[in-house]
Amino acid sequence: MTDRTAAHEDWTRPPAATTGVIGWMRKNLFSSWLNSLMTLLAIYVLISTIPGLFQWAFIDAIWGDNPPEVCKNMPGACWSFINEKYRLILFGVYPYEEQWRPLVAMIIFLTLIFGSCIKPLWVLGKWIMAIWAVGLVMVGILMWGGVLGMEYVDQSQWGGLPLTLFLATFGAVLSFPLAILLALGRRSDMPAIKTICVVYIELIRGVPLISILFMASVMFPLFLPTGVSIDKLLRAVVGLILFSAAYGAEIVRGGLQAIPRGQYEAADAMGLTYWQKMGKVILPQALRITIPPMVNGFIGGFKDTSLVLIIGLFDLLYATRLAFQDISWRPYYIEGYVFCALIYFCFCFFMSRYSQWLERYLAKGQNY
Amino acid sequence: MAAAAQTQASPTTGSVVELRHVHKWYGEFHVLKDINLQVRLGERVVVCGPSGSGKSTMIRCINRLEEHQRGHIFVEGKELTNDLRQVDAIRKEVGMVFQHFNLFPHMTVLENLILGPTWVRKIPRKEAIDTAMMYLERVKIPEQANKHPGQLSGGQQQRVAIARSLCMKPKIMLFDEPTSALDPEMIKEVLDVMVELAEEGMTMICVTHEMGFARTVGDTMVFMDQGEIVEMAPPAEFFANPKNERTQLFLSQILSH
Repeated sequence: MTDRTAAHEDWTRPPAATTGVIGWMRKNLFSSWLNSLMTLLAIYVLISTIPGLFQWAFIDAIWGDNPPEVCKNMPGACWSFINEKYRLILFGVYPYEEQWRPLVAMIIFLTLIFGSCIKPLWVLGKWIMAIWAVGLVMVGILMWGGVLGMEYVDQSQWGGLPLTLFLATFGAVLSFPLAILLALGRRSDMPAIKTICVVYIELIRGVPLISILFMASVMFPLFLPTGVSIDKLLRAVVGLILFSAAYGAEIVRGGLQAIPRGQYEAADAMGLTYWQKMGKVILPQALRITIPPMVNGFIGGFKDTSLVLIIGLFDLLYATRLAFQDISWRPYYIEGYVFCALIYFCFCFFMSRYSQWLERYLAKGQNY
Repeated sequence: MAAAAQTQASPTTGSVVELRHVHKWYGEFHVLKDINLQVRLGERVVVCGPSGSGKSTMIRCINRLEEHQRGHIFVEGKELTNDLRQVDAIRKEVGMVFQHFNLFPHMTVLENLILGPTWVRKIPRKEAIDTAMMYLERVKIPEQANKHPGQLSGGQQQRVAIARSLCMKPKIMLFDEPTSALDPEMIKEVLDVMVELAEEGMTMICVTHEMGFARTVGDTMVFMDQGEIVEMAPPAEFFANPKNERTQLFLSQILSH
């Protein structure tokens, strides 16, 4: 080992890094004439869009507290519109003086969600459910009020971001167990259960979400005895749950099918019952591989909540539209949509990144 | 076949596993034809035969991974029927080792071992861990307890699979080609564990092509072909003096190299 000469050094070591900036560019951007053409095209597209957008959004933009007249015939974005209307966009028609309540409720709600996602807090185990229960009661009290000296606010006045978050979260979280049951049912040996699940899934998947929301909102009350009425928000949530469960079921079914037969057999041979087998052996593996399509579904579902406007719920997108119903601000709807899109994007991007982390975390130690 | 005799069937005294006139079809294909087999306590039965002869299907019927369609199967005096509780009770007593190990990849080795004992046998977790570690010592890989199966070699995985079955304290062990998926250098480590198990008096039914193993530990050789038991004899006689032509042909093929 020690008598290795200098001449040996250059072939016992890996070749020197030849990359550098120029090297990297040559290798990745200009490796062939087609690649070079694509690179130039991409550069052209970027140059012709980004500076203009930047100019509009930042340099020429009008910021701060200004009346709409200031923005008239100006080339840039009119962020004063957001300045003026952000509370309407975020909280809808919730009474203006009381809007601290949905704000606090939303902070509690988001804390619950993010807290549940953070690994160090998982040591709380079953306490997480209790914390959620307490948190949701607090959210409910804040939103409805009527106690502790807070004015009662009817659900029909809720709106904006809190509403969108409630719809999306409950839609996703509660549809998940239903999706698992439907998927298991569809693969059941029992013909009755199998038929029910197949019919349900195919029926619900076969109709648009809008029609399900309509049915939940308009037709469902017809079946109830007179005098009994169920909250419109609750009906919308139920509609969303039923809809996403049908899609989720097919995703879970895909995961179940990917688990080798030997896993089922080993669990059977051990004498595990059906629910032990599914709960301990099959589902933990199946659900891990369904994370990417599942989160894809959640992200889709999050944005689909904007369809509740057709049954008269003021979600984030609808509240944004309300904001530029104001005749003097009407020309600045683009700014409104951009603002709204950014909010949607933040949540969807978080979900996407979180799912990637979760996948890696659950894959630990399992290289198969 | 007298139907009355069948309905009043009860296991022959002294046998822990008994198959009586067992038939099975896959659609039109007759995969098990009138199988009769009795296994005594502590007996080591080695089943061999060409692929597709129904040997795996037969032992998979014993813990009802496959359903037989005619005849009777008794395990420990209990008949295998459609009664799920009866099936679970029998599966508790019957351990099975598969060709492809079928360890649970999302659990550590130790978790694989204690799953059955804690959930099926309802043994306290602490006690189940002690038992599991004891069996891991016996298959000589206690140091792998906290790894995932994917990090082990094939031979190690199969030894974990054997330990996993043993943790359930089974009365009967079924082996379905336990060494067929292993690299040659790993076959011995698995066979050594199986030999040791046989020497302790475990009742074993073993589908394998390892004729050396069959000779050393087997009490009875069963040769199957085309869904039938063609020949059944103690190994010495089976290898020295096979009676049936098909057995002779099979033995000449596998022993010629």
